[in-house]
Amino acid sequence: MNMSSSRSKSSILDKPLRKGKGEVSLAFYALLFSEIVQYSQNRSHSIQDLQFKLSEIGQDVGTRLLDLYFVRERNSKREIKLLNMLLFIKSTLWKVLFGKEADKLEHANDDERTYYIIEKDALVNKFISVPKDKGSLNCAIFNAGIIEAVLTRSGFPAKVTAHWHKGTTYMVKFDDSVITRDKTLDDR
Amino acid sequence: MSRQTSRLDAKKVNSELLTLTYGALVSQMLKETENTEDVNKHLERIGYNMGVRLIEDFLARTTSTRCLEMRETADKIQQAFKLYLSMQPTVTSWSSAGDEFSLVWDHCPLSEWVEMPSNNGLKYCALIPGAIRGALQMVQLDVQCWFVQDQLKGDPVTELRVKYLKRLEDAVPAGED
Repeated sequence: MNMSSSRSKSSILDKPLRKGKGEVSLAFYALLFSEIVQYSQNRSHSIQDLQFKLSEIGQDVGTRLLDLYFVRERNSKREIKLLNMLLFIKSTLWKVLFGKEADKLEHANDDERTYYIIEKDALVNKFISVPKDKGSLNCAIFNAGIIEAVLTRSGFPAKVTAHWHKGTTYMVKFDDSVITRDKTLDDR
Repeated sequence: MSRQTSRLDAKKVNSELLTLTYGALVSQMLKETENTEDVNKHLERIGYNMGVRLIEDFLARTTSTRCLEMRETADKIQQAFKLYLSMQPTVTSWSSAGDEFSLVWDHCPLSEWVEMPSNNGLKYCALIPGAIRGALQMVQLDVQCWFVQDQLKGDPVTELRVKYLKRLEDAVPAGED
């Protein structure tokens, strides 16, 4: 093997992708997340501000997860159908990331652009108690950021928000263009 | 109901979630703060805050007793790495006085997939020395930690030096002993 010369400066792309079965302690992760919330809170003036920041950090994570999981779990094949993409998030992504699937996926009755992904106990909320005066804050907006990035970067632009409803509900609002395109796919 | 298995069961999360979350935090900090030195300080502080609380979890899980010398402490730190980050640094390079040692590792879930531009003062893993300092402070040990080598900066391994400074006598809460 005469790889030694090129090895001297190997980049991450030269290394094989790990299987991704590694695990670390939940306590450690929970404390890190709590520090992230505090860090973001110290730099925001309102709850909206804070939610925006947490979502932004989540989006950073989601952007990087997208390729990783499609390469590893789906043989590099991306989804092109809206429903399949949502199911990928609810099942595959959530399962690998949090160890369990999200509980439910629902379609809003009154708005075809809106879907709900419902999760009873979001992992990141496990050790968080929200003070009374910040009742609307749901730190799972971080997860919503992950969903938003995964959807948007795979060609389904959407806005995702987190709400306290049946545990945590992620409200996914797609761009009109996504719905229109999905319909033409149906017709074919 | 046995406490050991049910309540203190070491729950786990996917290590990639940690890797990416930490990475997102660091890059967010770099975006908001111009000065990398400030980011280093802030990461250390975050580690410190975590360490202060992790030590309790550690004591509850491992039923450790007070360490009588630094070698024991080093063993415990090594154990904590295994418990919390599923990684196993080696303890080496003891000073002759036995008050200073190195933790060496070549793989860490925090710094996986990370590439750094050269000539960057960022101490990407500054959270770890912070956590060690915080945790040991809660058991009345004042230590200093610093990086001697860093894989992200081209060194073959990452080496963290830990030095014992003094025992904190005053930190014993009232009512103890």
